[in-house]
Amino acid sequence: MKCRKCGEPAILELRRHNAAFCAPDFVDFFRNQVREAIRKHRMFARDEHVLVAVSGGKDSLALWDVLIDEGYRTTGLYLDLGIFDYSVESKAKCEAFAARRGVPLLVTRVAEAVGAPVPVIKNVTRRPPCSGCGLSKRYLMNRVALEHEMAVVATGHNLDDEAATLLGSVLHWQTDALSRQSPALPSTHRKLVRRVKPLYRLSERETAAYAFLRRIDYIVEECPFAKGATSIAHKEILSRMEDASPGAKHNFLFGFLEKARPAFERAEAVTLNECARCGQVTTGTVCAFCKLADQVKRATV
Amino acid sequence: MKVILRNPRREVELAGGRRVKDVLRELDIIPETVLVIRGDDLVTADQVVQDHETIELRPVMSGGAV
Ligand code: SF4
Ligand SMILES: [Zn+2]
Ligand SMILES: [Zn+2]
Repeated sequence: MKCRKCGEPAILELRRHNAAFCAPDFVDFFRNQVREAIRKHRMFARDEHVLVAVSGGKDSLALWDVLIDEGYRTTGLYLDLGIFDYSVESKAKCEAFAARRGVPLLVTRVAEAVGAPVPVIKNVTRRPPCSGCGLSKRYLMNRVALEHEMAVVATGHNLDDEAATLLGSVLHWQTDALSRQSPALPSTHRKLVRRVKPLYRLSERETAAYAFLRRIDYIVEECPFAKGATSIAHKEILSRMEDASPGAKHNFLFGFLEKARPAFERAEAVTLNECARCGQVTTGTVCAFCKLADQVKRATV
Repeated sequence: MKVILRNPRREVELAGGRRVKDVLRELDIIPETVLVIRGDDLVTADQVVQDHETIELRPVMSGGAV
């Protein structure tokens, strides 16, 4: 197989693009896709300070790597979930990356913010671990960005993540979730920062290849709770469809974003209040994060 | 050839002199779901792996909620 750009031997075939690339041309292709995402959705301006949420995995570290090389001013945020060895190792990967690239990294511990680490939250709430974990992550990213006066948080969500989320929402016709699914969520309240996903045009095989070729030392082992997650089941289904028909995932997600999403945009806007407890944005009186922290406190004292 | 699989890490020994594509089929692995690594390089599905060589099939899926 030959590189589409230069004709040298290829190292990666991208069936959905009907192309193969050598290493330097693939890295170029990857960076172009990120640039295109940022431009198309006006994710952030040249001079904006971007908070990059990093997990130690391939996606978020690949994202951080591209943004640094593109000359953006970035700060990493690692949320320590307290998930056994997985958290210890993934934190070490983020710290090593930040040190190597000479960029600042913030670390926030969920155990401190909520009152207990993710495995304990899971037991207390008797809900799937990803539920309390996801809630805490979204809340803390926003809070840390506000505290440091950054207007935008970038996450490493890739094409597969987005397609799997879309499939999950469609299977249950969660119209609320469908209206919110977007590569860039604008701030709709002064206490909500913009959330952007600059890797949404790239598959996870592509982000893995980028991380490998750039010699980024990322954590290959998964969070021990990921196994049972429904999003993984959805990814497996989508991979089979992709195998049978290259481009299926891309068409599913991009078709939704371009043609279907506008139909789900809420007719009437929800009212956003500030949580009586912490001041962060909520649709009720007390936000879901504060309720979770209360529940954890009651169960663990 | 030696094939390294991850999550959990394990190794299997298979007959060499075959294309990556055929190795993946024998192991029932969808090509989209792995990177094929040989030494410091990635290899495409049409490449032949020799008997004395080692390849790693590294899963690319990551997951959970965000
Ligand atoms: S898999 Fe679930 S529990 Fe593990 S880090 Fe992701 S969201 Fe959290
Ligand atoms: Zn090339
Ligand atoms: Zn609150």
